[in-house]
Amino acid sequence: MGVGISTRHLRKVYTSPPPMAAGSAGFSMMGMRGSAPKTKKTFEIVALDGISLTIRPGEIFGLLGPNGAGKSTTIGILTTRVRPTSGEARIGDFDVWRQQVETKRLIGVVQQRPNLDFSLTAREILLFHGAYYGIASAERTRRTQALLERFQLKARADEMVRGYSGGMMQRLSIARAMVHEPEVLFLDEPSTGLDPQTKLLLWEIIREYNARGKTILLTTHNMDEADALCERIAIVDHGRVIAEGTPAELKASIPGGYLVRLHVGQGSPELVERLQRLPGVTEVRAEGNAVDLYADRGGPLIGAIVNAVGESGTELCDVHISEPSLENLFLHHTGRSLRQ
Amino acid sequence: MNAKTFFAMLARDAHVARRNIWALLTQTMLQPLLFTFVFGRVMTGSGMMPASYKGMLAPGIMGMSMVMTGIQAVSMPLIAEFQFTREIEDRLLAPMRIEWLAVEKILAGVVQALIAGGVVMGAAWLVLGAGVGLNFDRPLLFGAVMLLVALFSAAGGLMLGCSVGQTQIGLMFSLVLAPMIFFGCVYYPWSALNNFPILQKMVLLNPLVYASEGLRGTLAPQYPHISTAAVAGALVGFDALLIVGGLKKFYGKAVS
Repeated sequence: MGVGISTRHLRKVYTSPPPMAAGSAGFSMMGMRGSAPKTKKTFEIVALDGISLTIRPGEIFGLLGPNGAGKSTTIGILTTRVRPTSGEARIGDFDVWRQQVETKRLIGVVQQRPNLDFSLTAREILLFHGAYYGIASAERTRRTQALLERFQLKARADEMVRGYSGGMMQRLSIARAMVHEPEVLFLDEPSTGLDPQTKLLLWEIIREYNARGKTILLTTHNMDEADALCERIAIVDHGRVIAEGTPAELKASIPGGYLVRLHVGQGSPELVERLQRLPGVTEVRAEGNAVDLYADRGGPLIGAIVNAVGESGTELCDVHISEPSLENLFLHHTGRSLRQ
Repeated sequence: MNAKTFFAMLARDAHVARRNIWALLTQTMLQPLLFTFVFGRVMTGSGMMPASYKGMLAPGIMGMSMVMTGIQAVSMPLIAEFQFTREIEDRLLAPMRIEWLAVEKILAGVVQALIAGGVVMGAAWLVLGAGVGLNFDRPLLFGAVMLLVALFSAAGGLMLGCSVGQTQIGLMFSLVLAPMIFFGCVYYPWSALNNFPILQKMVLLNPLVYASEGLRGTLAPQYPHISTAAVAGALVGFDALLIVGGLKKFYGKAVS
C-alpha cells in the first residue's frame, strides 16, 4: 500500500514573470539581452534544471534549499499547478500533467502561504473541501469535527477565517489538506510562522499521518525540521539536486564533520598551508579574511589554530565551531549558508 | 466532468451569495431603481418626458441590471481569489478539470443575472406605476433572449475577472463598464442614434446594445428596435466569443 512519487529530468523555464509561489531570489537569470536583435524573449528564468527524484511510498521526504532554489516549483509541478517545460513527474501510476484529475484525487497540498477561502468559516472550509472530493455528508461532518479538535481550532471554528492569526490559518490549511485523507501530502514550508509549541504539534500530526502509510513530501529551509522529520532528504540549489540521502548519511558525507569558521586579520596562502597540516583537518577553504576548516574534531583544535594564526603574522578575530549538521552540509555543497 | 465536485462548488457559491444577500440585492437593485424612478417617474410625471418613455426605459434598465450583475458576480470574486492570496487554489486542486471550475463560475453568474433581471423587472413595474405597456406575448422568445443576455454577461465577467488586477478595478468601472452603459442603448433605442451615423455603427461592438434592444423587441415591440433575429445572432456570437476567450484567460491565469 502507499503511493510513491518520481520525477525524471524535470525542467521548468519561466518565460514570463514567475508566480509568487515560486519565490524570487536565487533564480539563475539566463539573460538574452545582448543576443541577436530578432530574439523576442528578453529573459528566461530557469527555475528547475533537471530534477530527478524517487520518493518511496510511505516515506517522509524533505526538499531542502534556500529561497528560490526550486522547491516550490517542484511542488507546483507535482500538484498539477505548474506545467513542466520538459521531463516527467509521476504520482503513483499517474503522469501528473497528463492525468491531472486522477493525480488530484491522490494528493493533498499545503501551500507556502495560507490560501484559505476567505468567504467561509473554518468549519465550512473543511466541509466544502470534503464535498469537492465527493465525501458523503455524514462522513465529512465527522472528519471536520475530528480535524478541528486535533488542530485545536474548535473554539473558533464558526468564525470567518479573515480574523484568524497566521498560525491558525496555517493549521487550518493543513487540516484542510487532510480532509480527503490523501495518499500523498505536500507541505510547502509547513512550520513557517508557527510558534515552537504549535510546531511540535504539527510535527506530531505529520508523524501520525505518516504512520498510517501515507507519503509526505515537505520543503523547508529549516535544518532542524528536516533532521527531525525526514527519512530522506534532497538538497536543492539553483534548480538542481546537489545531494540526496538520509540525514545521517548526508551528515557523514561532510569531510571531517565539524566545521570551524575563522575570521582573521589578514588571510594568506601561508596560513592555509599551516592550517591544513594540523592534525584531524581534512579541508580548508579561504576567501579573503574568512577561513572554513573541516575537521574531525572541534574544541581540541582551537589551541593549535591560535598558534598557526599567530605564526602566520596575523590575529584571530572570531572563531565559531559547529557540530556535524545539515546546515554545514549545505554550506559545504553550495558555499553559502541556508539563511543567506 | 465530475458532477459531485461541480455541484459542490455551485453549492459553495450559492452559500456565499446567500450570506451576502442584502449587499448583493442593494448592489443589483439600487442604481437601476433610482434611474427608473428619476427618468420613469419624475421626468414623465413632470411632463418633461412623454409617458410612453416608461415602456421604452424598462427593458433597457432590465438589460443593464442583468449585464452588470452577471459581470460583477463573476469578475469581482475572481479578481479577489486570483490575487496574491490565491483563495481559488483549493478549488483548482479539486478532482475535476480546471476548465469546469470556469464553467461553474459562468453558470453561477447566469443564475444571478437571471434573478437580477426578474427582480428589477418586478420592482421597475411597481415604481413606474400605470402605463408601462410591457407585454409577454412571446414568453419563449423572451426567455431565450434573457438566457443569451445572462450568458454573455457571466462569460464577460469571466473574461474581465481574469484580465483585470486588484488595483485596476476602479479603472475597469470607469473605462469599460461606464461607457458600456451609456452607449448601451439603455435609455434610448438604437434608432435614436440615426443622427450620429459613426457612433451608431460603433456602438454595435457593445454587447449591451443587443441586450437592451433584444429585451425591447420582445417586451415592448411597439417601440423602435433592432430586429430580434439580428439581436439573437449577435448575442450568440458574443456568447461564443466570450466563453472561449474567458476559458482561455482562466486557464492561463490558473496554470503557470
